[in-house]
Amino acid sequence: MNWARKDLLGLEELSKEELGLILATAESFKEVSTREIKKVPALRGKTVVNLFYEPSTRTRVSFEVAAKRLSADVINIATETSSVKKGETLIDTGRNIEALKADIIVMRHNFSGAAVMLSRHVSLSVVNAGDGWHEHPTQALLDIFTLKEKLGRIEGLNVSIVGDIAHSRVARSNIWGLTKLGARVTVCAPKLLIPPAIEEMGVNVTQDIDEALKNADAVNVLRMQFERDGETAFPKQLEYFKEFGITMERLKKAKKDIIVMHPGPINRGIEMSSAVADGAHSVILEQVTNGIAVRMAVLFLVAQANEKIKNENTD
Amino acid sequence: MKILIKSGRVIDPANKIDGIMDLLVEDNKISKIARNIKPEADKIIAAENKMVLPGLVDMHVHLREPGREDKETVCSGTQAALRGGVTSLLAMPNTTPAVDSVGHLKILQEAIKKGSRANVFICAAITQDRCGQEINDLTSLKKEGVVAISDDGASVDSDAVMLKAFQRAKEEKLLVICHSEDKELSRQGVVNLGFTSTRLGLRGISAESEYKRVTRDITLAKETGARVHIAHVSCQESVEIISRAKKGGVKVTCETAPHYFAFNEAAVLGYDTNFKMNPPLRSKEDMLAIRKALGDGTIDVIASDHAPHTENEKDIEFERAECGVVGLETELAASITELVGNNLFSWEGLVRAMSLNPSRILGISKGTLSAGADADIIVVDPDKAWVVRKEDFLSKSQNSPFLGRSLKGYVEYTFCQGKVHKWNS
Repeated sequence: MNWARKDLLGLEELSKEELGLILATAESFKEVSTREIKKVPALRGKTVVNLFYEPSTRTRVSFEVAAKRLSADVINIATETSSVKKGETLIDTGRNIEALKADIIVMRHNFSGAAVMLSRHVSLSVVNAGDGWHEHPTQALLDIFTLKEKLGRIEGLNVSIVGDIAHSRVARSNIWGLTKLGARVTVCAPKLLIPPAIEEMGVNVTQDIDEALKNADAVNVLRMQFERDGETAFPKQLEYFKEFGITMERLKKAKKDIIVMHPGPINRGIEMSSAVADGAHSVILEQVTNGIAVRMAVLFLVAQANEKIKNENTD
Repeated sequence: MKILIKSGRVIDPANKIDGIMDLLVEDNKISKIARNIKPEADKIIAAENKMVLPGLVDMHVHLREPGREDKETVCSGTQAALRGGVTSLLAMPNTTPAVDSVGHLKILQEAIKKGSRANVFICAAITQDRCGQEINDLTSLKKEGVVAISDDGASVDSDAVMLKAFQRAKEEKLLVICHSEDKELSRQGVVNLGFTSTRLGLRGISAESEYKRVTRDITLAKETGARVHIAHVSCQESVEIISRAKKGGVKVTCETAPHYFAFNEAAVLGYDTNFKMNPPLRSKEDMLAIRKALGDGTIDVIASDHAPHTENEKDIEFERAECGVVGLETELAASITELVGNNLFSWEGLVRAMSLNPSRILGISKGTLSAGADADIIVVDPDKAWVVRKEDFLSKSQNSPFLGRSLKGYVEYTFCQGKVHKWNS
């Protein structure tokens, strides 16, 4: 199949085949990072703008490395104070970047739906690097890629996602991606951190961490952001670790080869113990490595599709 | 000047009229309504296959003047009204300054005198600056002509202040219009709480934040004997609470807006801010409950909650965008398409909900085609379909959820106090 989208905004709208295509493309790009000269000319002459309205190191660096390994030129715009305060609207910012003849905007934004909105107003490609609580598609893709690499398949796997589901774009994207590919997903969190009607996304819900781990082939542990706006009754940190933290003890009751994932950065001793984070079950650093291949695939596919769209329009 | 509207289907529920008739307008009054009136007039409008209805009365309109003339003015808003078949409207008081004193009222009255093209009635604020604390001088406001009070856009949170307001409203025989929302519960929500808010990663607004406050407002009306009107009802629970109160003899009426029966929360899935309003679009079940309640009369009125906003305030991130949509120019066609077209409403029911009932609730002498009444009349082509396009709006703002949609029912003529406006597509 062919990739026809100029943007990657979320996994909700993707088909199983499209997800498969990204994963397959990522597989072929993974080898590039093992070469002596870690570069291919796939995006030579293209300009990628990382537009980050929220502080982020790992995602931004991962996209930057991915773009550079494809020989694209990369510009980083970090507006941690958000250009909103300077008075420029997101659409204006997007159009300005378009006027620079850039090809792809990789955007992180604190408002849900920001990437969707931007994509409607610019003809260059928009890759969502996380919007509010909505989606973080490349994170979920790299999680899924890592799972597939480790276990050889996604279909039929039991995957549990543990942590603040309500405020997590990583959780949403993982749920869409995993369920489309045939995995059974369970979400586990204190009740107040489970958003309403989440079952309608096709997941099981539990408040019992042992239950969530019991038959799981993998557990994806989300970062707890206790510094959040204080709008939800958050459990205390130690209380959280006691009830939901992943420990070696808990893992002993799970499947022998259970895989432990985390999008980072880890709060050691809160979401999981150091022994788990650094132990044999953990694939956390492999996730980081795979992130590059997945983002190379995404940048490559959207650039190629947009070129085709633009050529068709000029014909 | 005599104008004869000939052979249209005249519907006037106040006089139990529904039939092919002629209607004679003399100057600014309706002089005669009968079969086969002699065609002796300065102008004859052939209305075969057209509906001849009393001009609509929209009891929930934000004209934005004074203060936000970039969004709408009395002039542009009333032109939009006429275009949509609305000849009388109630201007809500959340302007800058708010209509909370006789001085501020005079500013609006002056603007109406200068710019209005339609009949504008005024709703004053309940409390000073709509802050929910100090009750305004309702005696003077009533004396100067306001027909209702509301802090619309906000609810008076304090039970004590609201109780006092109802007592005062009862003494002054003023209608209290309630924007029933418990902000403690709705917080910073932007869409309906449920699968949609979860899916979009947006903060949700529970139905509870509405119906709990509806319960309180109705309770106060019952205790004080004041007349209460619940604005923009959006959810099933509110409908049920109002229905029970009506059966229990409480003097309560209510309205909904076309977007609550034409759409549900699924419309928000593309983050289109023209579907962002407060209360939010609710579930499909809620939408169906609203339709049913219109059909059985639990909901008395369809009002637009016309809320113009500039593109700068709408074409931004969903969470930052203003709430509300324009509605004056689409409410009739939307109601014909969704309600009459789906057999949920007869034409008579439509005229009641959009003209007669709001007139009675506001206590104004509108909403009928009686001989001697003001010549506020519309002639509507019930079958003509048209597409809602940005460039066709007379309102200064075009933040409509119906953009790009085809609606049925086109206003061909609007008579306002005898003055005729002919509309072409």
